[in-house]
Amino acid sequence: MTNVDYKIIVGLEIHVQMAVRTKMFCGCELAFAAEPNSKVCPVCLGLPGALPVMNKKAVEFAILTATALGCKIAEFTKWDRKSYYYPDLPKNYQISQYDLPIGSNGFIEIPTKAGAKKIRIRRVHLEEDAGKNIHTAGPFSQVDLNRAGTPLMEIVTEPDLNSAEEVKMLAEELQRIVRFLGVSEADMQKGHMRFEPNVNLHIKKGGGEHKTPITEVKNLNSFKALEKSVAFEAQRQLDNFLESGEVMQSGNKKTFGWDDIKEVTVLQREKEEAHDYRYFPDPDLVPVVADKKWLKEINSKLCELPLKMQGRFVSGYGLSDYDAGVLTADKATAEFFDSSVKAGGDAKRVCNLITQKGLKIANEKNCKVSELGISPQRLAQLAKLADAGQISATSAVIIFEKMTESEDEPDKIAEKLNLIQKSDAGELEKIVDEVIAANAQAVEDAKSGDKKSKKAYGFLMGQVMQKSKGTANPQVVAKILAAKLKI
Amino acid sequence: MSEEILKLSCRELQRKIAKGEIKSSEAVSAVFTRIEKHDAQIGAFLSTFKQDALARAKEIDGKIAKGQSVGALAGVPIAVKDNMCTAFGATTCASKILENFHSPYNATVIDKLLAADAVIIGKTNLDEFAMGSSTENSGLKKTVNPWDKSRVPGGSSGGSAAAVAAQMCFAALGSDTGGSIRQPASLCGVAGLKPTYGRVSRYGLVAFGSSLDQIGPLTKDAADCALMLNVIAGHDEKDSTSVDEKTAPKCDYLAKIDEPVKGLKIAVVPELFQGADGEVVAAVKGAIELYKKSGAEIIEIKMPHFEYSVAAYYIIATAEASSNLARYDGVHYGYRTKKAGDYIEVYTKSRAEAFGPEVKRRIMIGTYALSSGYYDAYYLKALKVRNLIRSDFIAAFQKADCIMMPISPTTAFKIGEKMADPLQMYLLDVYTLAVNLAGVPGMSVPCGFDKNNLPIGLQIIGSTFQEEKLLRIAKMFENQTDFHKKKPQL
Ligand SMILES: [Zn+2]
Repeated sequence: MTNVDYKIIVGLEIHVQMAVRTKMFCGCELAFAAEPNSKVCPVCLGLPGALPVMNKKAVEFAILTATALGCKIAEFTKWDRKSYYYPDLPKNYQISQYDLPIGSNGFIEIPTKAGAKKIRIRRVHLEEDAGKNIHTAGPFSQVDLNRAGTPLMEIVTEPDLNSAEEVKMLAEELQRIVRFLGVSEADMQKGHMRFEPNVNLHIKKGGGEHKTPITEVKNLNSFKALEKSVAFEAQRQLDNFLESGEVMQSGNKKTFGWDDIKEVTVLQREKEEAHDYRYFPDPDLVPVVADKKWLKEINSKLCELPLKMQGRFVSGYGLSDYDAGVLTADKATAEFFDSSVKAGGDAKRVCNLITQKGLKIANEKNCKVSELGISPQRLAQLAKLADAGQISATSAVIIFEKMTESEDEPDKIAEKLNLIQKSDAGELEKIVDEVIAANAQAVEDAKSGDKKSKKAYGFLMGQVMQKSKGTANPQVVAKILAAKLKI
Repeated sequence: MSEEILKLSCRELQRKIAKGEIKSSEAVSAVFTRIEKHDAQIGAFLSTFKQDALARAKEIDGKIAKGQSVGALAGVPIAVKDNMCTAFGATTCASKILENFHSPYNATVIDKLLAADAVIIGKTNLDEFAMGSSTENSGLKKTVNPWDKSRVPGGSSGGSAAAVAAQMCFAALGSDTGGSIRQPASLCGVAGLKPTYGRVSRYGLVAFGSSLDQIGPLTKDAADCALMLNVIAGHDEKDSTSVDEKTAPKCDYLAKIDEPVKGLKIAVVPELFQGADGEVVAAVKGAIELYKKSGAEIIEIKMPHFEYSVAAYYIIATAEASSNLARYDGVHYGYRTKKAGDYIEVYTKSRAEAFGPEVKRRIMIGTYALSSGYYDAYYLKALKVRNLIRSDFIAAFQKADCIMMPISPTTAFKIGEKMADPLQMYLLDVYTLAVNLAGVPGMSVPCGFDKNNLPIGLQIIGSTFQEEKLLRIAKMFENQTDFHKKKPQL
């Protein structure tokens, strides 16, 4: 490949489905994979005479998100009709927000290798989703309007993303944020997040900078597709530029789809059609006035954002970035961890218990770690037992599991299961003596200092642990054994 | 007997039915006898529900016989303009595109009528999607004026006005986007009330211009308008633009209807009388004179932006209509072309084949007004004019209780006379449009007849949510005149 200096420029549009019970402008239930056209009413079917009524909860969620993203919140906003004809759009206009989005001029931080990077958010607005066209009935197409009217939050970034990896990071970070805020389940399997990156390159060549035509990739619904499509587009644009020299001009923005199987972008529209959506304020809906009292109420649900919390777990608790990331993937887990540490548990110990056992059990039970029946206080007690050497790390994991079934304090459970470690040197010395007496060959091997010694030492340790039925504190045993063998 | 029943007002009929003096089934039969005899000529109804209406009347009669309590419209035969959704019969909007459309739900006003024990006897003709001032734009039927069958009944609620005037029902619902209740009421010599925007729920009213549309009654007199408003007014959680009870509580509009407004101040705009026919001006001025004689103070005012209402209205109403009517596309319901080659042709051909010329004209005007590059010059400008017109009204109501002026510059005109020139037709709306743009309530009250014995209406315009006062002012006039008691010879 020719050595060309270029920069990838990406702006991202993200649609997030709000975690509300009903649709944006009617009382129909939001349901996944229901019988086609079973979750509809005159309003979302766009029947004559039906009128929309705003879902206040969805607006509150959008305001909360926009606030968390540092946006300026519009004190006065309204609903606009965006007109275009398509069979999945029953009114042939979509109710959206045009010139007064709920939020504008915010930012989102992503954890790049070079540190946190701020990506500017242009706008956050709400709109209703369209239905779904189905083309499986021979010569006819069918329309399922269950999805029509689903509340979607559209978040548009500025073109501040400079690699496919950053694009993916932003998407993942946003997923974590909306989950933290509780405004979306952000379940990719259910299509709760859809992405549309706008990609082009700034290429330095021949002493000048050349901008390639912008392409928009439509309707991506996985992080993998998002990352791969951006990478693919960047390479395709570079190749295309080197071959044809085509640069950005008014009207040569192209629209692509993504072929998930071939992993290539597919041209959908050669030229950006001169779309005139004829936006105008929807006269059926009253404007939304965000007064201070309401905003205060909404903002009371703000919380520490995941990236900030992750950073705090690393710097404050000494966790690895990876572990802190695992814990902050989910707000309930992160808060459970945080509370357990604040209740006196050692951070690394608590982290290990949660990541090694807690998440696994929670996953099996299809619930959150915080819902396993273990309070942060009990978890802290368990961690303290292990730290004090009263139980082994292995026992701690066993006790953790038992704690999900019993309300007993961890030390009680440890006693019941006979998992309290013996640290009494006198008692342990007796056992060590017995083992040394019974295993002359191993003792000799251990003392020999050659290849066999490590294995023999391990064997003797095992014998002691076995004789104590696992209750001996291994650190104490190791000390005594080493002293006796003079190694 | 049957003829005697038909002369009763809604109030009288309801009272007699509730007391068991007259059976609802007798009233319904009387109405259908009348419809069967005359509607072939008048053409007021697009559909009637004789069997269902009789069955319902019997049900109500049964309730009364058992001594159960009944509603404010118990057993009273009511007609409804066919742009309000009913879960029974068709809802056509007098358009071929909805000719066979059956709504799965009732409009809120229909539910309210039924809850008041009214008997809905049929649905009346209108200009297609309520776009017009003569009912000649109906895609399905011709309606004539009961006072002169060679003339139009006015529009767009022409069927409702003709049905009330011809005593084929006791009251009717209409909708008023730019005069569509008041103007046909005036041309047919009945009372008509356009309530304040937001007073009556629009849920289930097929939208034409959403920010202007308002449902209201057409009745034999002002007190019946009050009775009907009692039934249909009120906040509806299904219509976000309906006013909440805190801002403007509804009241019993009938309770004080006979109490004259003390120290009544009437505003008139002298310039506005210039555009109307001499006989219309004389009748309206005569009416104002009568108020003056009974002690009202007449105040001359200026409404500097009134003259721009036609221009502003035909931008705003058509812009909203172009969007509201986008849903009639042949895809989901309603008329679908048989000649489509692809889905684009399903749209273009279905709409081309089923919409009438006036609807197409307005969709095109509205689409143009909203197009990028024109939006600011047309739509946005029109909204600004609308605000100025609103402020004209606010200023007027600081000085007076109401404004009086004509409704239509002419009495009922000949069928076909104005169809060739749409602009001429639009200019007929000069007195009615400003009221919708400002959202204020307005009434039509019969105030005279021209030399051809055609009715003339007086327009009384009230302040926002002041329907109670408006109705009392109208009643003051009726108490001294009998124009509203005259009936056409069919
Ligand atoms: Zn619905």
